[in-house]
Amino acid sequence: MWDYTDKVKEHFFNPRNAGPLEDANAVGDIGSIQCGDALRLMLKVDPATDVILDASFQTFGCGSAIASSSALTEIIKGMTLDEAYKVSNQDIAEYLDGLPPEKMHCSVMGREALQAAIANYRGEEWKDAHAEGELICKCYAIDSALIEDVVRTNNLSTVEEVTHYTKAGGACASCHEKIEEVLVRILKENSKTPSFEKTEPAPVPAAAPATASASSEKPKLTNLQRMRKIEEIIESLRPMLQRDHGDIEIVDIIGKNIYVNLKGACMGCALEAATLGSIQQKLFEDLGEYVRLLPASMMEMAP
Amino acid sequence: MKPIYLDNNATTACDPAVVEAMLPFFTEQFGNASSIHNFGNQVGLAIKQARAQIQALIGAEHDSEIIFTSGGTESDNTAILSALKAQPERNQIITTMVEHPAILALCERLEKEGYVVHKLRVDSRGRLDIDEYKALLNNRVAIVSVMWANNESGTIFPVEEMAELAHAMGIQFHTDAVQAVGKLPIDLKRSKIDMLSLSGHKLHAPKGIGVLYLRRGTRFRGLLKGGQQERGRRPGTENSPGIIGLGKAAELAMQHFSTENNDVRYLRDKLEKGILAKVPRAFPTGDLHNRLPNTSSIAFEFVEGEGILLLLNKLGIAASSGSACTSGSLEPSHVMRAMGIPYTAAHGTIRFSLSRYNTLEEVERVIAAVPPIIEQLRKISPYWGEAGPVEDPAKMFAPAYG
Ligand SMILES: Cc1ncc(COP(=O)(O)O)c(C=O)c1O
Repeated sequence: MWDYTDKVKEHFFNPRNAGPLEDANAVGDIGSIQCGDALRLMLKVDPATDVILDASFQTFGCGSAIASSSALTEIIKGMTLDEAYKVSNQDIAEYLDGLPPEKMHCSVMGREALQAAIANYRGEEWKDAHAEGELICKCYAIDSALIEDVVRTNNLSTVEEVTHYTKAGGACASCHEKIEEVLVRILKENSKTPSFEKTEPAPVPAAAPATASASSEKPKLTNLQRMRKIEEIIESLRPMLQRDHGDIEIVDIIGKNIYVNLKGACMGCALEAATLGSIQQKLFEDLGEYVRLLPASMMEMAP
Repeated sequence: MKPIYLDNNATTACDPAVVEAMLPFFTEQFGNASSIHNFGNQVGLAIKQARAQIQALIGAEHDSEIIFTSGGTESDNTAILSALKAQPERNQIITTMVEHPAILALCERLEKEGYVVHKLRVDSRGRLDIDEYKALLNNRVAIVSVMWANNESGTIFPVEEMAELAHAMGIQFHTDAVQAVGKLPIDLKRSKIDMLSLSGHKLHAPKGIGVLYLRRGTRFRGLLKGGQQERGRRPGTENSPGIIGLGKAAELAMQHFSTENNDVRYLRDKLEKGILAKVPRAFPTGDLHNRLPNTSSIAFEFVEGEGILLLLNKLGIAASSGSACTSGSLEPSHVMRAMGIPYTAAHGTIRFSLSRYNTLEEVERVIAAVPPIIEQLRKISPYWGEAGPVEDPAKMFAPAYG
């Protein structure tokens, strides 16, 4: 079992401010039951002073999610909205004398619910502010804005840490390269070198010269040859998917992005992503180059 | 209050009689079984006896078919890798989506190396489709590996029938019987099973000892190279205390076979019925008519498993969960997902697994403890209203994104 601090246990066993808040005038909902945790934060704000008079929560999630929610309500009661807006996920974790690294995402969820509730009170669309970033982790719907923010405030330097804090990359692993890109960008700003040693079987990191020399020099394909080859590989995988009552079709190939439609039983949150992930892996190996397999629904979002 | 242990599919307590049988082999009888002198000779005889005890438990024809290993994981890995190594002309594996990671993680690696792995799907009750299986059998398949009983749901697979089908096509058949041994009748000499894995710590023997049963005549390539122990098939100086302990545990398992199938089953059924009668929106998972007598897996909707376990633990009750949060994997159990258990319930699945040490009084305490815990957690769940799941759309949980 997890190594929870006494404070975490105490807040889990005796959560403060749990349950609906009848006269709440600000509500922030974050997460979903699919992802395994969800939090609704309810605030009663004094319209004259912007002071949070009361706060309560409802949480579906593990022990640390409930403890983080409880801690959050205790921290923000009595603060003005501007003060509360500055509460970081680290403040929540510190209030609990720390969280296990794998559970840091619970504190991030707390801070997000808080920001959503404040936006809700102010009549802002928090969604818009958030959707500016590119969607990075499809499995858990985590975008680059959130990852950047969490990397900066918590000084993260590995993909593994990003997964612990945000869940991004925790299911199919096909976004690990994108997470690395975000890390590299931010670490460059701080002129630190990223450490990628800990990352699990990195799907051919773009910036790894070793792979180029190690893999046998494959002759460079013409565009047409390459497309045929991709078609061939996908075609060879179809029987496998059909056996699972699914199917796949190529919609378009744009640079290193291959857009496909998954059908039937292949569809659905994490399974779809896992299927894409393993097909992508096969494409890497057979093509000898890095390509990205994306659902056709993401074509509009393409840069 | 005395703690209650209902997590016997994870591991079991060593039987005191097993410990007693082992003790002399740490001190007085510490010799190397291969040695000629008396220190070693006694150990060799004791190992021989243990081999016979295990042979009897699983109905093997010859005692030389018993190979001692370090446990279930090693036996599983050895079986599959052996089949591939011994039959290089065959490059396919048939297994199921609900195997233990000792099989699935290995298959994942083998897939990357170019082997073709077929994973049989299961229905909502965790059952296989034999027609799907038959359709996959072909002369490129090196091995079929199907567990005898599932560790999470307890569902039993028809491995004897499946072994016959594989045998008819000249395909090796392996079964991970780690959860089945001692609880289900097993008579290998009358089956077509070529290899079987069992693990000591699931049947009241110590951790770190197990067996790979290898039918005489089955082509085999060992995992390790070294001395001639276990006829060179599993070299390395024998873990004699562990082997003697496992032998004793096998003997006890035979004596207690009817206890497991009657008394333990009665307690399991009582526990399951008792909880389901008192907790709304909860259901048992797995094949209720064909499962291990000691296992009950109950899905509690709209609550998360880790919270349930922490609250049970506070009352001294030990169980386990297929929830993502307890494993750190972020995804709920692959077994629950393979059965298509909806996410609203998969995160809140709790497995109670009993043993012959559990008592009626313990079961009654657990039946009393569970309902208030579920109620307490549902009270703070955003998906639960006054008396049931939130259905009023205005009150529905509506995240800004995610
Ligand atoms: C079905 C199954 N197979 C294999 C194992 C692994 O056995 P061991 O822990 O002895 O390696 C387990 C136990 O966790 C199991 O339940």
